Amino acid sequence: MGSLFDFMLPELKSPMTGATTDALMGFIHIVSFIILAGVTIAMIYFAIKYRRRSEDDETPLITHNNKLEITWSVIPLLLVFVVFGWGYKGWLNLKTVPDNAYEIHVSAYKWGWTFKYENGAQVGNEVHVPAGRPIKLVMQSQDVLHSFFVPDYRIKQDVLPNRYTYVWFQADETGESQVFCTEYCGTSHSNMLAKVIVHTENDFEAWLEEQGTGGGGTPEERGEQLVGLQGCASCHSMDGSDGIGPTWQGLWGKERNFESAASVSADENYIRESILNPSAKIVEGYQNQMVSYEGRLSDDDISDIIAYIKTLEE
Amino acid sequence: MATAEVSNTKTLKVKRFKPSEDPKSTFLTEEKGLWAWLTTVDHKKIGLMYLGSVTFFFLLGGILALLLRTELLTPAKTFIEADTYNQFFTLHGAIMVFFVLVPSIPAALGNFVLPMQLGAKDVAFPRLNLASFYIYVIGAIFTFIALANNGLDTGWTFYTPYSTDSSSSVIWVTLGVFILGFSSILTGTNFITTIHKMRAPGITWGKLPLNIWALYATSIIQVLATPVLAITLLLLTMERFLGIGIFDPAMGGDPVLFQHFFWFYSHPAVYIMIVPGFGIISEVITTFSKKHIFGYWAIALSSLAIAFIGFLVWGHHMFTSGQSAVATTVFSFLTFLVGIPTGIKILNWVATLYKGSIEMKTPMLYVFIFLFLFSIGGFTGIMLGSLAADIHLHDTYYVVAHFHYVMMGGTLIALLAGLHYWWPKMTGKMYNEFQAKIGAALIFIGFNMTFLPQFIMGSQGMPRRYYNYIDQFTIFHQTSTIGSYILGVGFLLIAFYLLRSLFSGEKAGSNPWGSRGLEWQATSPPDLHNFDHTPVIINGPYDYHKPMEEFQLGLADVHHNGHEPSHAAKAAAEEVTN
Ligand code: HEC
Ligand code: HEM
Ligand SMILES: [Cu+2]
Ligand SMILES: [Cu+2]
Repeated sequence: MGSLFDFMLPELKSPMTGATTDALMGFIHIVSFIILAGVTIAMIYFAIKYRRRSEDDETPLITHNNKLEITWSVIPLLLVFVVFGWGYKGWLNLKTVPDNAYEIHVSAYKWGWTFKYENGAQVGNEVHVPAGRPIKLVMQSQDVLHSFFVPDYRIKQDVLPNRYTYVWFQADETGESQVFCTEYCGTSHSNMLAKVIVHTENDFEAWLEEQGTGGGGTPEERGEQLVGLQGCASCHSMDGSDGIGPTWQGLWGKERNFESAASVSADENYIRESILNPSAKIVEGYQNQMVSYEGRLSDDDISDIIAYIKTLEE
Repeated sequence: MATAEVSNTKTLKVKRFKPSEDPKSTFLTEEKGLWAWLTTVDHKKIGLMYLGSVTFFFLLGGILALLLRTELLTPAKTFIEADTYNQFFTLHGAIMVFFVLVPSIPAALGNFVLPMQLGAKDVAFPRLNLASFYIYVIGAIFTFIALANNGLDTGWTFYTPYSTDSSSSVIWVTLGVFILGFSSILTGTNFITTIHKMRAPGITWGKLPLNIWALYATSIIQVLATPVLAITLLLLTMERFLGIGIFDPAMGGDPVLFQHFFWFYSHPAVYIMIVPGFGIISEVITTFSKKHIFGYWAIALSSLAIAFIGFLVWGHHMFTSGQSAVATTVFSFLTFLVGIPTGIKILNWVATLYKGSIEMKTPMLYVFIFLFLFSIGGFTGIMLGSLAADIHLHDTYYVVAHFHYVMMGGTLIALLAGLHYWWPKMTGKMYNEFQAKIGAALIFIGFNMTFLPQFIMGSQGMPRRYYNYIDQFTIFHQTSTIGSYILGVGFLLIAFYLLRSLFSGEKAGSNPWGSRGLEWQATSPPDLHNFDHTPVIINGPYDYHKPMEEFQLGLADVHHNGHEPSHAAKAAAEEVTN
């Protein structure tokens, strides 16, 4: 019967985390529907059957009925006990990560996600996982609150700046699932999307191998990669188009004007300062929207990014 | 004329006072002029001023809602920027919650009818009542400026650290909300005192109208919950200006702590919004079924139960926030316990209809709409209270639909029921019944079309506070937007016929619905001092099996001209009721 409401849910792709949720939601929907239908029909029936026939209609004096009151208090009470216990059980399961889970670290920032693997590989806004194996995500935010939500898996967990939170799932089939950010985090909250990409165990190993440690390449290449992973690209464009922050195309060496500071030309020190202490000089026409990357980017990282910015000529 | 046994200690001489159908002077014809209104201490005029302000803010919040819905017609940009959208939903939410729903029923309708239902001339502290109004106005203007000026885009929940990251405007907004809250504290205190001290002779606790019980429970919540806002404000200020890390992780604080403080106030505030609605439903449903309420004490006491348990469930807004497992479990459990007294009320109301003499006038139509919509809101609340389901549904459109079913389908519809019920009493005029029914139908259709699809897209995964969305949700969003336009037309129609009734409406009699409620034994509109006698009550407010004459009694031997409180009458009232 609960399946009457199946149309409301997306296809379940992680039965180990979502089966209880689906069954429970089906149960609550169907019981609610029956009671709601009962109440509505009773209301309408009474309204018709006992409609006023004349102004001096007399009504019987019925003040209360203890048996009835007790019945309709106790039955719902029992029902909500069931719902509570069931929900609790499902939740406990969501909180209990299987021992053999494969661990991936997640870093959330305004407005994107970075996924880090044990071998050092990093990917932005895509998390690749093997099918048929529990996956544990250990998550932290670099700025404000975010929340990691995969409707297909029925999982959701807030991501906090000051502590780690975790969530787990197990996708049984290969395929893709949508990830949303569900804790409001500002301008591009609704674009803070990612995909879970499920591979077979073998494909996954091969993919991971290919990603390598993420540290190779020339400084310019490393810089380009960092810009993607750290989410700079969600505010800065490389092609001259305007965004939340100024474009980087042609930035190098250009004269910069500020809201309240003398203009300077964009050199290494200026870019370094812009990254570590963005509020020191606010570029004319922009808001103080960027957070400091102090502690998140090493000196080498910053040099690599600068090397990359230098390549972006007009 | 007759004597009545009011209590076992004293016998009062009473006689019948039939309300005049053609009052010479009413509160509207006396003390006229703008200045007289602005400085009035008459609870009826203050109630109407609240009603005016609330309507104004509802219009503002409603326009914002329509702009939001229009933007959501297509994914990505339809006509406004993301930042504008974010500021609009913050403003819309804050206005609807703090400026409209919190003061709507208690301060607007409550102010008008509470003293009348008690047979009093006014509330206990009339000047304080006027002060509450001005504090509300100042708080509303202050909050509005703080919100609009800083372009606050945090949502009405102001979660840290997002809200404190780049500006301190959250402090100003919290201050504004606290000023607003202070107005509720004063109104609450005023009502509690009035209910304890100003009941006309014969109104024992068991003969209080259920509307009064509901306002009583609401007042208790207002007085107890609002100070928490002041504490939050103090902590925010300490963090901001003294650099003591409380909520900001950069200073060693805990952002989740803010959520605890916020919901410790705002969850009870949800009951400040809905419990007064319950009062209206009880009044209207008995009047239009001409029948005694079923389960008087069950309804009266469940309001109080909701008020108290309501203080203990704030954590159900934080199941995914990373709060401790024990807390999560306990909060889930307590949440279900609040559901029970609410469910009991619904069943009692439906049982009241049984064997009644039911007349489907507009207020009653709204009661039926309320019972249907609010039940859906309640059931989906049970869904959200159950842990595993909430993990999936939290912060999706399912929640948006749920709280609109409760706040709009519940409180606002109850407000409309009350407004249509007491309109003849407040203005002395009848609105056009046919147009009113069309209006109610438009609201019902528009509302369901707007919010039903949101349950589906929410459980399919559509997150809330999203400016952009993935294509799969387009059809739901578009249905919802069209529904919201129908809703808008419904409200315009209501505004039209109500305003028109003021000028060309038929004259309303003193008791057009044949109610047994005491407020209907005054003239329409009432005299400046409500009654020009001291009412004496011998029957319960829902004793429809007793003849109307028995509800029109007043002290026979106390002479007074209606212009100053009659000490004799008051003393008598106290002796009887204490
Ligand atoms: C939340 C959006 C956002 C993100 C993410 C972001 N920035 Fe910025 N950035 C801005 C804004 C807005 C400005 C202009 C205001 C200012 O000067 O602070 C800016 C300015 C800059 C400037 C100065 C540009 C100029 O035209 O003078 C540099 C350099 C810069 N950012 C580098 C970075 C790097 C490197 C990253 C990633 C590690 C990054 N930003 C991430 C929003 C962002
Ligand atoms: C009594 C009436 C109403 C109340 C109390 C109310 C209350 C609220 C609240 C509290 C929010 C949350 C804001 C936030 O997330 O910070 C909200 C959001 C919203 N409301 Fe209303 N509202 C009412 C009427 C309406 C109407 C009539 C419409 C449609 C025409 C509407 C459309 C919306 C929309 C589109 C959102 C944004 C949802 C999101 O993205 O999270 N509201 N409302
Ligand atoms: Cu977000
Ligand atoms: Cu709550």
